[in-house]
Amino acid sequence: MADPASLAQRAGELAGDAGALAHNLDTLSQQLALATQQGVHAGTPFVFELTVFVLAVFVGYYVVWRVTPALHSPLMSVTNAVSSVIIVGALIAAGPVGLSFSKLMGFVAVTLAAVNIFGGFIVTQRMLQMFQRKK
Amino acid sequence: MSESLSALLYLVAAVCFIMALRGLSSPDTARAGNLYGIIGMAIAILTTLASPYVVSYWLIAVGLVIGGAVGAYIARQIQMTALPQLVAAFHSLVGLAAVCVATAAFAAPEAYGIGMRGAIHPSSLIEMAIGLTIGAITFSGSVVAFAKLQGVVSGRPLVFPGQHLINLALGILLIALIVLFVMTEASSVFALLVLLSLAFGFLLIVPIGGADMPVVISMLNSYSGWAASGIGFTLSNSLLIITGALVGSSGAILSYIMCKGMNRSIINVILGGFGTEGGAAPAAAGAGDRLVKSGSAEDAAFILKNASSVIIVPGYGMAVAQAQHALREMADMLKKDGVKVSYAIHPVAGRMPGHMNVLLAEANVPYDEVFELDEINRDFASTDVAFVIGANDVTNPAAKTDPTSPIYGMPILDVERAKTVLFVKRSMASGYAGVENELFYRDNTMMLFGDAKKMCEEIVKALD
Repeated sequence: MADPASLAQRAGELAGDAGALAHNLDTLSQQLALATQQGVHAGTPFVFELTVFVLAVFVGYYVVWRVTPALHSPLMSVTNAVSSVIIVGALIAAGPVGLSFSKLMGFVAVTLAAVNIFGGFIVTQRMLQMFQRKK
Repeated sequence: MSESLSALLYLVAAVCFIMALRGLSSPDTARAGNLYGIIGMAIAILTTLASPYVVSYWLIAVGLVIGGAVGAYIARQIQMTALPQLVAAFHSLVGLAAVCVATAAFAAPEAYGIGMRGAIHPSSLIEMAIGLTIGAITFSGSVVAFAKLQGVVSGRPLVFPGQHLINLALGILLIALIVLFVMTEASSVFALLVLLSLAFGFLLIVPIGGADMPVVISMLNSYSGWAASGIGFTLSNSLLIITGALVGSSGAILSYIMCKGMNRSIINVILGGFGTEGGAAPAAAGAGDRLVKSGSAEDAAFILKNASSVIIVPGYGMAVAQAQHALREMADMLKKDGVKVSYAIHPVAGRMPGHMNVLLAEANVPYDEVFELDEINRDFASTDVAFVIGANDVTNPAAKTDPTSPIYGMPILDVERAKTVLFVKRSMASGYAGVENELFYRDNTMMLFGDAKKMCEEIVKALD
């Protein structure tokens, strides 16, 4: 009935099937992992970032209302300096080895932001130094 | 450096920035606040430099040195009267930097972990487009504001027919382009988005007149913050998001305060054209046949010397004439004679929020002699002399009495309640708003015609 040759063939086929299945499972799990990763990337972090953003707007709102009107000019120059924290993004663009378009863009942004950071903090310092009490 | 450690350090930097703003609640704590800001920025930069993404330092070093040197030089050289245009110029740099970072992220998304070229995550694309648009608007808008403040172009509002329609159409087109960009991810759409945003920023600020500059600068301050936030969303960097939100809300609050100081709505300011109608024509009609009492520096010195209290109301005209030092000298002499001297500052005095306070501080006026409108307005009734120098519209009683006046409803300093009002002015010309000030014709008003600085110096001489 079952001669060893065909049995061996069946076993071989089964093994092949199992291998294909295992391969399928592997790609499936990979896809699943990728999907979860993307899902996490597209969905949850955005909500998380939005949470941070909205809370920061509220913090800004309450802190800035407490700034005395006499110091509104320094407030403006210091917020200007601080908003140059965009340099963080510029540094990453300018960071890789080798020259590329994005690296060049990063360099320009680093330079512009540096003008702002140094200029903004120094001019704020200059202004604040002037505010003196009655002697 | 591990991801969580750098995230933690970014958090520390964000807290430092909040402390920097918090410090500004009083002049005593403000200097420490600025130091917090500097520390926060140093932490942010060093943390990023230590991250695994940044491996090549030479180009960064070159950028930091060039930018730092330029920034430090400008900040040390700048005159305090030119502060508004400096801030406008700085805003434009933040805007341009945002555009550059967005472009870099578009060209090499893998560096930021937001996908591959041609397959950037859709959410990142939306955030990138928004950050880019706001950045470009901030840039071109600030350049226009700078040119107006610096006097490169006229401060007069530039209006042309169909302006609002064009702006509206452009705004809608921008939104459509953002949608198209997210769908196609094409470089051409990206470039078009940059160009149209630049044009939009330009057209947005062009119709706004010189008198509204305090609002414009605050508004652009706010935009620069939102641009930083937009980039923060794109790069999933919470430090950028937090800082941008802080700056954005700060600028928005300042815009609101400035608008309230002029009794204008923000929409009204943005639509622009303020200060074009009226102008010289109505002022000329009444000026000829009404009597104005004018006096000399000696008269003024006599009146001031015999007063027991004086409130000085400085305006932008004082800053233009560089009269603040001479003014302080005059105040010092009066104080020596036992006269109580204080200063009253209108919210929109000067060309940017708080500008007048800085100018007075620069002339060594102690800040505890300087008061805001709400704090001092009641004191005018019990004051002998109100000394108005370089201000006009902010003292105009028409804002309270004449509903047809363009400045009706604007909070004003009640100088007319003082026993005597001294007005230092170059001529009878009307102020920024193009409205005539009936205060000039009152019995208790004496006009001191002349340059503000010269007048103060002459009064000082007469007081001697």
